[in-house]
Amino acid sequence: MREPGLWLLFSAGGTLAALFLPVLVAVLWVAPGVGWLEPPAHQALAAVSGGVVGRLLLTALIVLALYHWAHRFRYTLYDGLQLYHLNQLIAALTYGVATVLSVVAVVVVWG
Amino acid sequence: MPETLVLEVRRYRPEEEAEPTWQRYQVPFRREWMVLDALNHIKDHLDGSLSFRWSCRMGVCGSCGMMVNGDPVLTCATYLETLLPGPVRVEPLRGFPVIRDLVGALTDFLVKLRRVQPWIVRETESPPAQGEYRQTPDELAAYRSYAQCINCMLCYSACPIYELEPGFLGPAVIALAQRYNLDSRDQGREARMEVLSEHDGIWACTLVGECSTVCPKHVDPAGAIQRYKLEAAAAWAKALLRPGSGP
Amino acid sequence: MNPAYRRHHPKWHRARMPIFWWLRKWSYFRFIARELTSLFVAYAAVLLLVELRAVGAGPEALARFTAWLRSPPVVALHVVVLLALLFHTLTWLHLAPRAMVVRLGSRRVPDVAVLMGHYGGWLAASGLVAWVLLR
Repeated sequence: MREPGLWLLFSAGGTLAALFLPVLVAVLWVAPGVGWLEPPAHQALAAVSGGVVGRLLLTALIVLALYHWAHRFRYTLYDGLQLYHLNQLIAALTYGVATVLSVVAVVVVWG
Repeated sequence: MPETLVLEVRRYRPEEEAEPTWQRYQVPFRREWMVLDALNHIKDHLDGSLSFRWSCRMGVCGSCGMMVNGDPVLTCATYLETLLPGPVRVEPLRGFPVIRDLVGALTDFLVKLRRVQPWIVRETESPPAQGEYRQTPDELAAYRSYAQCINCMLCYSACPIYELEPGFLGPAVIALAQRYNLDSRDQGREARMEVLSEHDGIWACTLVGECSTVCPKHVDPAGAIQRYKLEAAAAWAKALLRPGSGP
Repeated sequence: MNPAYRRHHPKWHRARMPIFWWLRKWSYFRFIARELTSLFVAYAAVLLLVELRAVGAGPEALARFTAWLRSPPVVALHVVVLLALLFHTLTWLHLAPRAMVVRLGSRRVPDVAVLMGHYGGWLAASGLVAWVLLR
């Protein structure tokens, strides 16, 4: 019975994404891109992403955001395009991609 | 104010036709009339063959739900005046097979409702001599809104997931299960959890939220489902962390 | 509907659900749009990884990444991503009171208060992150 676990991952990911992604996108990508802000210096980013706490938070954010996407997109395909008959395939693809990218995330963040 | 209004009503007579058709009726317009009054005028004066359900005509029995201009409503609670200038499209509630005209088959709902045991389940019965099961106002407040459900099925018609996924229990069933789960006199939480936690039971719900929007009794089934997901997920997590300690 | 009793009632009419049912109503469309924000969540997570890799590779790699960020089509894309993520945040936090019944003692905290608590928490978290990155 995997649905409760998958839903918990989806919820955790959705909450972290809701709380942290807008500010990250705004500060790291939009504001520097438009020219409103200088992007954070290499030193600052290296410091944040180098410490244990920063690494743990980044891992949690990225991995859970990916599983949030996988779960939600899977249901969007089921309901939006009526693709239940491809149930197994869609589940394998979405969670599979999320898992692979999560492994990549761990390697990048902790490597 | 116009004198008349046109209703376009979905007809389905299985003995005559393979597919539903539309039929137009011109009914008098009266400011105090509801859609149900117009339908009864049709049946009484224009076309006695039109079939539809209704009963209390005051929004408590849940019989007269239909799609009016694409929205699921209680026809006894929808003023014709709000639908001017017309024409007004009246169809049977979406999501249910149509038996005839505006009459849908609600069997699926009733079967699913029964499965969640919508009554007080006790493991141990107190003897009558001990008196009633007492409940404080706060304990009543915990489940009160879910007890307002009149089984009108508007939420099922509003829910696209119910139409798409056959195993989905649906908003009212889950809200009614919660009504009993949250009742301090009930001891049936675990029994219901098995049914609710089935693959589609509650997990098919993606919180579209339309069910709560259309509910005429402000039951908020979407809220009931969300709360139950949290509860079911917490129970699952607990069982996972302490294997063998489950129900 | 349970297929088990379709067999016994061949004359009941069952309407088919159109593929584009979500274009039928504004509230359905809004729902699908909300669900599709998950794609932007995934994009942001992946790009974050790309940037972290650039950080790990050194200041030149990060500078290349930053230069890429500045090209107009990328800026336009990221504005769209930001809007989509804000839509996710606002709808997610708006639905939060539905899932929780918060009690202080025996009184239930009103939904508005829970909602304000969530928005406040979001603003605080955002402020903190911005401060950490920009100080």
